[in-house]
This record gives sequence, structure tokens and C-alpha cells, in this order.
Amino acid sequence: MNDRIIFEDVSKFYGEVLGVNRISLSIPPGITTLVGPNGSGKTTIMNLMTGLVQPSNGHISVLGLSPADQTELFSILGYCTQFDFFPRGLTGWQFVLDGLMLHGMEKDLAVDLTAQAIERVQLGDAAGRKIAGYSKGMRQKIRLAQAIAHHPRVLVLDEPLNGLDPMARAESIALFEELGRQGMHVLISSHILDEVDRISDRVILLTGGYLIAEGNIHQVRQEVHEKPMQVLIRCDHPEVLAAKMFAINHCVEARLHADGKGVFLRTADIDQFYSMLNGIAAEGLVKIDAVAPADDDANAIYQYLIGTDGGPS
Amino acid sequence: MRLADRARNLAPLPWDLWWLQARRLTRIELRRNLFSWKATWIYCLAFIPTLIILIHMLFDPHPFFAMSEDTNVLAGIVQVYYIRLGVFFGCLGIFSRLIRGEMIERSLHYYLLSPVRREVLLLAKFAAGSISAVFLFGSAVAADFALMYAGFGAAGGDYIFNGPGMGQLEAYLLIVVLACLGYGAVFLLLSMMFRNPTPAAMLVLGWETINPVLPSLLQKISVASYLRHLMPVTVGADGIFALLTVETEPVSGWVATAGLLALIAIVLSYSCYRIRTLEIRYSTE
Repeated sequence: MNDRIIFEDVSKFYGEVLGVNRISLSIPPGITTLVGPNGSGKTTIMNLMTGLVQPSNGHISVLGLSPADQTELFSILGYCTQFDFFPRGLTGWQFVLDGLMLHGMEKDLAVDLTAQAIERVQLGDAAGRKIAGYSKGMRQKIRLAQAIAHHPRVLVLDEPLNGLDPMARAESIALFEELGRQGMHVLISSHILDEVDRISDRVILLTGGYLIAEGNIHQVRQEVHEKPMQVLIRCDHPEVLAAKMFAINHCVEARLHADGKGVFLRTADIDQFYSMLNGIAAEGLVKIDAVAPADDDANAIYQYLIGTDGGPS
Repeated sequence: MRLADRARNLAPLPWDLWWLQARRLTRIELRRNLFSWKATWIYCLAFIPTLIILIHMLFDPHPFFAMSEDTNVLAGIVQVYYIRLGVFFGCLGIFSRLIRGEMIERSLHYYLLSPVRREVLLLAKFAAGSISAVFLFGSAVAADFALMYAGFGAAGGDYIFNGPGMGQLEAYLLIVVLACLGYGAVFLLLSMMFRNPTPAAMLVLGWETINPVLPSLLQKISVASYLRHLMPVTVGADGIFALLTVETEPVSGWVATAGLLALIAIVLSYSCYRIRTLEIRYSTE
């Protein structure tokens, strides 16, 4: 289990205020996204696993290391926090280089790694300028550069897409995907659910300090039994298909697509539903062009489990 | 556990890495502390007496026979101004910035997220603060000393190099170094314990002031009481100022130095414990 980030029954109280309550997690390598509204405990979880705050109860280990083992832990972990503040008077280059020098490495190696990290976040031209003069997006990038500069095995990113323009956002997402493919642990908190969908191997849903669900998005969706799954079927006679489907008990809702060439159907039993659909297609009454889940994504799960529409968290 | 067992347990620890990290951290801190506009008031605090002595020397030179009086004046400046005010408030400014200042500026987490033991971080910051304070106040006292006797020409030179002058300068510098370390350790700890360490520092100032009239056991919990025993020239004073210069139980210089170093070690050990459990919650700053 030394390749996992483990939370065992972890609680954190800030005085009388609940941070997180009895969280148990076992996070494998890959990209994991923490999703939840403001105050749900996303940042607390990240701060707990990096030792910035200590748990009131429970035990945490990151690839077998305790957050108290600072020398070992931060050799393999990089944390890009959402605190948009920097030590005074530094250039972007100095900021990354100072961080690397504290690892105890030779200066030549630290310089090479600094150049590499700054290149990776595409901030080369601005590296020699004072951070105080950076835009929000550039500050976000230089924090990311510092977090990845020492080639960590675990990368923790708190709202890493905030303040980035669409181009920079796409570049950052590509970088996270690349790091995830390399077998790194990439733990991201984000409220941009469309992008969460695209990049996450698994999601952790939190609200009010409680863990609501965790796992692969599709698995989590299937666990939400009280919300029948919605499927979009593209076909030539959607109204005929809807009528046939309603004849069976599994179908609880039908809605024609705006272009009239498809129908959204909700079903309480997705396996039976697909089996029936195959039967209808075989009968030849309806020519089916495409079938796709319509609410099998992070946004829908967020709505169903947390109750709002996945706005900024 | 026996001493030999303890030594065996300590040996495999990465001392070389910690030493390297501490030196690098100290260098980073010095770059940020010593040469910052925010430190201007501390420069003023250190060099105000120097400026006054310089003006005296240029526009109101004392006759040769006043050298003994000026020696007493210099001792008074060190004991009453530097120890009680200059070094005290200068160290409050320098050392409370090291941890609390970084929390207020919300940049402390960068250090806590680096692969540096928190104890190493704290001691490196303490070293950087101490070097800054000793550099400032040590050079100020040395400049005061040089200017004080420069006005007497050859007689002044003779007093320094052939008389007791050099010994006095060494004692003053030792006092400044110990004062910076002592007050530095205290203010570093206070800055971790309180969001605003200034009221607590005022209590320390009050404690230091009334310390000579306290029982001898309580006198040991004071920076100024140890320093008083190291003064090379006894300062006589009247009225309320007598409280600042009063001679307490006689203690040898070595005992005073060792006692103060022990006090500093105790305060720093507790600070190390505090930083181990320090949490980053900027929203409450």
C-alpha cells in the first residue's frame, strides 16, 4: 500500500468549527479531483496531507510517509497552494531556485531544474522579472513551476486553473494529464467541472466536511440509485422509441431533443434498459444512430449529490 | 537511555544535509532582512547615539581630562540605551518578523512545504536574525566607541591600545552579541505565541526593569540581569534610572555568559516544540 495516499478516519476541527469529519480514503496513482462547494473541506484535506494543519483525530500517510517526516515527504511531494502570496522582492527565477536549493542539491542541478520547470509552464520570458509585477495567471504558473521543479511523485494542486486564460488552462490540463500518465499522484481541487470530467481518473466529492462519494466518475454515477440515469438516444423516430420504452417499467422520464432527432430517457435499471433497447433496434421499428449517457459526468453527480449546479466552490 | 546509546541514535541523522539547508536558509533570510527598506527604522535605532557622539565630537569637543567622564557616558549609552531600548526594540522588529511577519504576509507556507525540518528552519531563521542584529548593533557600538575616543587624539588612541579601552570594547561587543541572542530568542518565541507580540514585549520590558529588585531565583529569568554582570564599567545613576543600572547579586562573567546561553537554549528548545505544531491558517491572521 506504499503507493497510496491514505486517510484513516481523519477529522479536523478548527476550534469548534468542523474542517473535515471521519474521512477515510485510499488514493491510487493517477489524477484524482476533489470536488465540493466552499467550506466543504477540499483545502483542509490538502493541508492535512502536507502537514500545514494537523489532524484532530486519525492517521494520514503519503506513500508510506507521515506528514511530519518533512525532509522525506517534501522530497517526493509538491504542493501548489491557492495562497496567492509570495516572499517579498523575488523574481520568478529566484523563487523557484530558492525552493530547490533547500533540497540540498548542487547549485548547477538546481539551476537546470529551475530552467526546466519554468520552461514547462511556459514562463521563460518573465522568469527574470519580479513576481510583484506578474499577472494572476503568471503567479499561478510560477507556483506550479515551483511545485513540479523537483520532479515530485505526488503533486497537490489547489484550484490550479484559477486565473488562467483558456490557452494557459489547456496547457496546464495537458501537463496534468502527462504527469498522471507518468504514474504520478496528481490531486487537484477544482470547481471547473467540465475540465474535471476530462482529466480525472477518479473524483472525491465533499460537502460540509463530509465525504459524499469517491471513485471513478461512472462508478459513482451508478451508485446514485435515487436518481435514474439519463440516456440520449439519437434515432429517426424518437417519439416511437419513447412510447415503446414507456411500455416497460424501467423508463421513468422521456424528453425529446430540441432538434427532434433524439430523445432523453431516464431509467431506473440501466442494464435492463440497454437490453430492451437492443430488442427494439432488432425489431427494426426505429433506426438508432447513437446512444450516450447524458448525466454520467461530474456536473450531474455534483448536482445530484450536493444539490447545487456545480458553481464556483 | 545511556549517553552512548543516545549518541548512537543521533549519529545516523542527516546532519550534513541539515547544516547545508540551514546555511542556505540563513543566506536567503539575510538577503531579505538586512537589505530591506522595512529595516530602515532599526538602522536609525542603532546609529542615533553614533550620530549624537559624532556631532559632539565635531562641534563640542571635550578636553583631555573629560575622558573618564566620557568612558562613563559610553557605559551608560550601552547599558541604558542599547540594552534597554535599542537592542530590545531592534530585536523585537527583526525577530518577530521572522515567523509572524511571514504569516502576516502569507508566505510562511513556502518554507513549511520545503524538505527542511521545522527545527532547522527555526534555528536558521534565528541565526539570520542574530547575524542581522549583531551586525547592526555591534557596528553601531564599535562606531560609538571609536568616535568617543577619536576626539581625544593621541590620548584616546593610547587609552584604547595601551590602556583598558580594547578590553572594554570587547566586553561591550560581547554584551551586544548576548543581548541580540537573548532578546532574539525571546521575541522569536513570543511571535509564535501571540498574533501581536508587542504587548507581550512590553511586559518583558517591565519584567526586565523591575528584575533587580526581585528575589535572586527570579533574577535568573532575565536577559538584562546577566548582561549587567558583564559591564566593564560600573554606571552610577540616581532616581528612577538607578533601577536600570543597579548591581544585583555579584556573579562572575563566565557564569553570567553561561547562564544567559542556557536561558537562550531553553527558550529556543521550546520554540522548536512550538514550530513543530504550528499550523498555517492565514484566515485567522
